[in-house]
Amino acid sequence: MGALVVTEGGSALTAFTPPGAGDFDLPPIFGGVTKPMILVVLSVIIIAAYFLISSRKLKIVPSKGQFAAEYIYDFARNGIAREQIGSKDFKPYIPLVLSLFSFVLVNNVFGIIPILQFPTLAHIGYPIALSLLVVYPVYHFVGFKRHGFVGYLKHATVPPGAPLAIYFLLTPIEFLQKFVLNPITLAIRVFAAMFAGHLIILVFTIGGEYLLTQAGGVISKPVSVVSFLFAILMIFVEALIQVVQAYVFAVLSANYIGAALAEDH
Amino acid sequence: MKTQILLAAEQAPNPVLPHPSEIILGLVAFLILLFLLWKFAVPRFEKLYEERTAKIEGGIEKAEKAEAEAEEALARYKAQLADAYSEAAKIRDDARLEAERIKEELRAEAQDEAARIIAQGHAALQAQKAQIVAELRAELGRNSVELASRIVGESLEDDARRRGTVDRFLAELGSGNGAGK
Repeated sequence: MGALVVTEGGSALTAFTPPGAGDFDLPPIFGGVTKPMILVVLSVIIIAAYFLISSRKLKIVPSKGQFAAEYIYDFARNGIAREQIGSKDFKPYIPLVLSLFSFVLVNNVFGIIPILQFPTLAHIGYPIALSLLVVYPVYHFVGFKRHGFVGYLKHATVPPGAPLAIYFLLTPIEFLQKFVLNPITLAIRVFAAMFAGHLIILVFTIGGEYLLTQAGGVISKPVSVVSFLFAILMIFVEALIQVVQAYVFAVLSANYIGAALAEDH
Repeated sequence: MKTQILLAAEQAPNPVLPHPSEIILGLVAFLILLFLLWKFAVPRFEKLYEERTAKIEGGIEKAEKAEAEAEEALARYKAQLADAYSEAAKIRDDARLEAERIKEELRAEAQDEAARIIAQGHAALQAQKAQIVAELRAELGRNSVELASRIVGESLEDDARRRGTVDRFLAELGSGNGAGK
């Protein structure tokens, strides 16, 4: 990657600067408040308002609006929590799974909503808050509570059914995975997906803009149309990835809890 | 150009290093959301789920109860019907027996009556016959004596003779009669 100078046509041109990490560091809107901060607060307001209002008068035979809310709730409850944690233990974790799913989903989708147009989780601080400070303590806490201190360590690091020699390899790997890597990969996965997705849209949009307004030559203006079309296409791809990442984040969180609670592998 | 890039890289913040303010804000915002959903939304949805389950289970239970009741009623009606049938059969049998008995009684009575009437008739006939025989005997005696006295011209007034003659005649008549019979 480097500065690209198109000098075709001989006119003096400003160099094209591809978007980079700096484009994610938006200047504060007022005081120390930045756009992602506002978006996070907005997402909490939207989700809380939606679920609180839609659950105000629930009927046994649902209306259309209630059906939609119930569908999302049902997806988090049965599709993620019950599936991953098991029908015996999943009930206390429904709020956590529902919150994680809806929080990540809404903040991701912000990335393609005009004006908002910024996936909050592309700032790694937010996924780290969720994964390292919420999911990680929760699943180890419930694991220690369920199995006792030594019991949980053994449960987590010594999966039964392997030959003795394998444990010299297996136990450190399991330990590293459960206590170090899981929360980091959980945070980095959604962060990287959102970061890269947003960057790709930026590249095509800024590139198209540059081709249209700055670059000379006969060919660059029609090509800018292609660039914008790709930007639109990538927005659709992003929409898919945003939903999938929200789902994956919630599923993995529930999965870690389920694994910590499981009686035995 | 190289220095430019280096400069840009130095200016751009490392995206993998988190801002503490964002971690704190993210955590607090998420915990608020979690609290709201935990406290209000999820219990409402769970209550709805329970109500719905209870309603469906209640409906099934009610249907099962109704079915059981219907079956019981059917069994009861069938039993009652069977009772009624057997009752009717018993009544019919009783009636037939009664009729038989009455018929027998009537027949016996009629036979008795007939026998009585015949016996009475018999007795009356016997009495009449005896009476007629007696009357005839007296008549015949008188007539014969009279006839004989006319023919013979002699008086048969004499008691002893008359009695002997008549008796002899009657005896002959009786034997003749007996042979003729």
